[in-house]
Amino acid sequence: MLDISAWFNDLLAGNLIFTAQTLGYYWEGLVTTTQLVFLSLVIGLVMAVPLAVLRGSKHPWIRLPIYFYTYVFRGTPLLIQLYIIYYGVVFVDGIQDSFLWPVLREAFYPALIAFTLNTAAYTTEIFHGAIKATARGEIEAARAYGMSQNLMMRRIILPSAFRRALPAYGNEVIFMLHASAIASVVTLMDLTGAARFVYARYYAPFEAFLFVAAIYLCLTFAILYFFRFLEKKLLAHLRPLS
Amino acid sequence: MKKLLSVSLLGLAVAATTAQARDYDHVRIGVDVPYEPMEYRTPEGELTGFDIDLGNELCERVGVTCEWIEQEWDGIVPGLLARNYDAIMSSMTINDERRQTVLFSEPYFTPPSAWFAPATSELEETSQESLEGKTIGVQRGTLQDNYVTDMYGSVADINRYSTADDMVLDMEAERLDIVFLDYPVGKSTLIDSENRAYQVIGEKITEPKEYFGDGFGIAFRQRDEALAERFNEALEEVQQDGTYDEIHQKYFGEEE
Repeated sequence: MLDISAWFNDLLAGNLIFTAQTLGYYWEGLVTTTQLVFLSLVIGLVMAVPLAVLRGSKHPWIRLPIYFYTYVFRGTPLLIQLYIIYYGVVFVDGIQDSFLWPVLREAFYPALIAFTLNTAAYTTEIFHGAIKATARGEIEAARAYGMSQNLMMRRIILPSAFRRALPAYGNEVIFMLHASAIASVVTLMDLTGAARFVYARYYAPFEAFLFVAAIYLCLTFAILYFFRFLEKKLLAHLRPLS
Repeated sequence: MKKLLSVSLLGLAVAATTAQARDYDHVRIGVDVPYEPMEYRTPEGELTGFDIDLGNELCERVGVTCEWIEQEWDGIVPGLLARNYDAIMSSMTINDERRQTVLFSEPYFTPPSAWFAPATSELEETSQESLEGKTIGVQRGTLQDNYVTDMYGSVADINRYSTADDMVLDMEAERLDIVFLDYPVGKSTLIDSENRAYQVIGEKITEPKEYFGDGFGIAFRQRDEALAERFNEALEEVQQDGTYDEIHQKYFGEEE
């Protein structure tokens, strides 16, 4: 352990930009970005599954509001949504005295809300598309077995829809990671925020941004690898035999 | 950049070959307008401001006539070297990079920074202890950011903004307990604005120099040492007899 820290100190010696302090900022940024992206994806996914099912409902009063929601959130830039949620809410009268304020005061939760609503909208559409693409024959077979609508959804449609949606959803996860870079405009010290800080402090755009780009690449690689693993497992039945 | 460099080199070469230092009875001063309240035009079109008044006063003491020549900021140093004017008095911060090209007078003004908080705030001073656990707002990459990061980074939360406007918005939203700003900017956006109740906490801050710089200086061509010396003497004179404070008072209001 001592060896490592000595080695680390030697490595940093004479380096004006990548001191222990700035690396600390990058580390904090990595933690913030990971939390933000992970939480918004998980919550977004949980929201998206029922929304995607209801999006295909026969009743316009269920179908249309969901369509409207996904249309608005897919039709406006995430940055604008973030601005509205972060700066907009403070113009609601009395918000500072309400029970919501401790949550909205910090930059983290408005950002989390914006990201969650955004990714939930995209994921809803991805799943909805996958559900619609269920093979006619599978549904007819399920009906022939006398399955109820719910049972059919649970046993037949959703499992195969998830598999079909997997590659598209993997893309959405990567997009979300990259979209999270805008969190720094509302003072969050995420990875990009750390890079902007180091850039502004040392006037060193190349070092600051190349380093952070490398971290994003590593994160993207991890996500890609994870989804490739999932696809291998879950889509095994689609692989050619030999 | 390259072009700028070659232009300034050309200016240097021209300056070096043509003239020896000479005595001035007429000094032309380059200034970039507007930069309120340092230099700007009144609605009637008259050139005025802290730099202008102080500069005119200094010229009078030195015993020369002054002429103000407007010049855009990015060409202001090349213009001096190309002898379009003989001095620059335009809120120019003294630093080592510029010192290699031009000769500076003694600093005549250090723009102070100050802490601003809502009038309802109970903060009375800005020691590390009293700001512990508070949220401080600064503009990213400014000298205020560097100062706050080094002094308070370990005890307080620091929110960094791209623009001062965003920061003011978040202060109104009660997301920030206190902000650290250029005093003139804070005064015009927070203190002087309508319906907004803010106060300055503690003293205006201009030290340590390591963070807040050497302040503004008058720039001359390197060889005009005698002229710079005469201006330095005049500057000391106005600072001692109270004229400087009068002009300061006129543009920056009362001292607290």
